[in-house]
Amino acid sequence: MLEVKNIKTYYGNIQALKGVDIQISEGEIITLIGANGAGKTTTLMSISGIVPPRSGEVLFLGQPISDLQPNEIVSLGICQVPEGRRIFPYLTVSENLDMGAFLRTDSAEVKKDQEYIFELFPILAERRNQAGGTLSGGEQQMLAVGRALMARPRLLLLDEPSLGLAPLVVKQIFEIIKKINTENKTTIFLVEQNANLALKVAHRGYVMENGRITLSDTSANLMVNEDVKKAYLGIS
Amino acid sequence: MFSFSEIKKSLLISLWFMFLTFPIMVIRVNTIYKTIEWRWDRMIMVGVGSFFLSFLWRFFIGKKETGKKKTDTGEVQQLTWIQRLTENKKIYLPSLVAISVFVVLFPFVFSMYQTNIMTTALIYVVVGLGLNIVVGLAGLLDLGYVAFYAVGAYTYALLNQHFGLGFWTVLPLGAAMGFMFGVILGFPVLRLRGDYLAIVTLGFGEIIRLILENWNAFSSGPSGIANIPRPGLFGLHLSLHQNIIYMYFIMIGLAIFTIFIVGRLQDSRLGRAWIALREDEVACQAMGIDKTRTKLSAFALGATWAGMGGVMFAAKTTFINPASFTIWESIIILCVVVIGGMGSVLGVICGAMVLILLPEYLRAFSEYRMLLFGAILVIMMVFRPEGIISNVRKTYKFEGLKDNNKDNS
Ligand SMILES: Nc1ncnc2c1ncn2[C@@H]1O[C@H](COP(=O)(O)OP(=O)(O)OP(=O)(O)O)[C@@H](O)[C@H]1O
Ligand SMILES: [Mg+2]
Repeated sequence: MLEVKNIKTYYGNIQALKGVDIQISEGEIITLIGANGAGKTTTLMSISGIVPPRSGEVLFLGQPISDLQPNEIVSLGICQVPEGRRIFPYLTVSENLDMGAFLRTDSAEVKKDQEYIFELFPILAERRNQAGGTLSGGEQQMLAVGRALMARPRLLLLDEPSLGLAPLVVKQIFEIIKKINTENKTTIFLVEQNANLALKVAHRGYVMENGRITLSDTSANLMVNEDVKKAYLGIS
Repeated sequence: MFSFSEIKKSLLISLWFMFLTFPIMVIRVNTIYKTIEWRWDRMIMVGVGSFFLSFLWRFFIGKKETGKKKTDTGEVQQLTWIQRLTENKKIYLPSLVAISVFVVLFPFVFSMYQTNIMTTALIYVVVGLGLNIVVGLAGLLDLGYVAFYAVGAYTYALLNQHFGLGFWTVLPLGAAMGFMFGVILGFPVLRLRGDYLAIVTLGFGEIIRLILENWNAFSSGPSGIANIPRPGLFGLHLSLHQNIIYMYFIMIGLAIFTIFIVGRLQDSRLGRAWIALREDEVACQAMGIDKTRTKLSAFALGATWAGMGGVMFAAKTTFINPASFTIWESIIILCVVVIGGMGSVLGVICGAMVLILLPEYLRAFSEYRMLLFGAILVIMMVFRPEGIISNVRKTYKFEGLKDNNKDNS
């Protein structure tokens, strides 16, 4: 479904990605793990076109997308939940969700989807007229995920959904990620620090170090890999 | 309420004021007789006056803080009085009728002078609503907005001078020129945000003014363009008085048109995109909003209204020169938006009325006029930092969930 071929991305003259290759098939949950500053966020930004790669190629359903504008990429069905949630603080919860459906014109379906999101996250339904900025961190993360789902993405890019959340809330969010994947057949690309949980839900995983992919395998294999165990799972 | 520490603080303030004003209020040197007059009674007046003023000030600040705390803790957001007013049909419709009657009768009841300044205020309503799109909705701080105002004014003046085009022909042309310049000047500054954007737009505003001032062959430089005709009415000959009334009604029409269009824009997809862009750019891009186009459209649409206002300004004053388009003008328009209430249409209207009419009516206080005006602005910003009428966005309501909310609070 998505093919990232040898992309190199720069911030000014700082090279953040030094040739990254990733392949994602339809219906998969793929995770990308790595240390701070490895370039995980940058990889997502390059896919969604917000920080376009300077060289290399990104193919979505066989079509090259690395030259497209971010809004064109969203309209193809790739939606990103950016790192740190980035919800709109002064818009209400339901307005935030509406922004997710910005490119859609089928308002009846949008309404239905909003109800679906409220089913997934009942807490959001209770808070629907509250300003986004007044939600708790966990609720904001749920809102960010819900907002991205409102775009009806075929590929959902999640950047550290567990950031700063209590273990129970993290578990809840991961269950929903799994649910979205099985119920809607949404393909999910999950960037995580919490390697343990990420490898549990994902089918396959990539390990990133200093702007390069150093390992890629099925989750089961990665979990027993000695290096991964040492570096990311905290087991020695 | 009247705690000892409050009294002590006010006392200190009054002492400080007595000390500060001592040289000018108390000592009077008579240079002819070489005597010094000590006016101690004035010192007492200053002391007592500042004591009470500081006391009042503290009292209202305290009241405001406790009021704020109440709304913060309450789960259900308090409706503002303006929201209640517009939602209650019984009050809303009659007041709308009353305002319309007042507006229609205004020029016939009040003097020519009053009508004239009301027309000026209405120009600021239109221009302010335009800037409101840029600053209030899209959150782009534009300090060079007057450039587009100048573009409109000079469009009319020059097209009339060289080609004899009339007001009604040029009005849409002025709007189009405003739009065009909005796009041209908008492109290079779109990457910037906040302070940087403010500085660059300020520069652009000055560039336009300097061009008008120095390009003599084009704009007749600092001496400006005179004898610009007032708006015509099917070739009828109007007396000055009739013309002033006529312009008043043109501006009323233009203002209503602006209010309608801006109101619609605010509730449209584009309006939502502007508001979202103001809050978080990266999130907007992730949601598929075209950043460049959205920003550019805010800039250009804002400039369109400035262009129209400029045409009207030229027609009203019949004489324009670059001195009418200094940075000061930009700041006044920005004040209209900020003091009225950023992003709120009704607020901007009130802001324009207050800012343009107040200095006129304060003329009674002659030399203290500007001092009072400044004091009023400061007081307004302290007590209503969100503007006279803060932005009330249309929110979506789900009636079925009201009970649910109650359980939760
Ligand atoms: N806007 C930016 N300007 C300059 N350099 C940047 C920028 N964003 C990221 N970088 C650099 O690019 C490299 C990769 O950053 P990236 O945000 O992709 O890391 P990450 O893997 O997401 O880390 P984390 O797990 O801490 O979020 C880092 O060295 C970072 O300093
Ligand atoms: Mg990151």
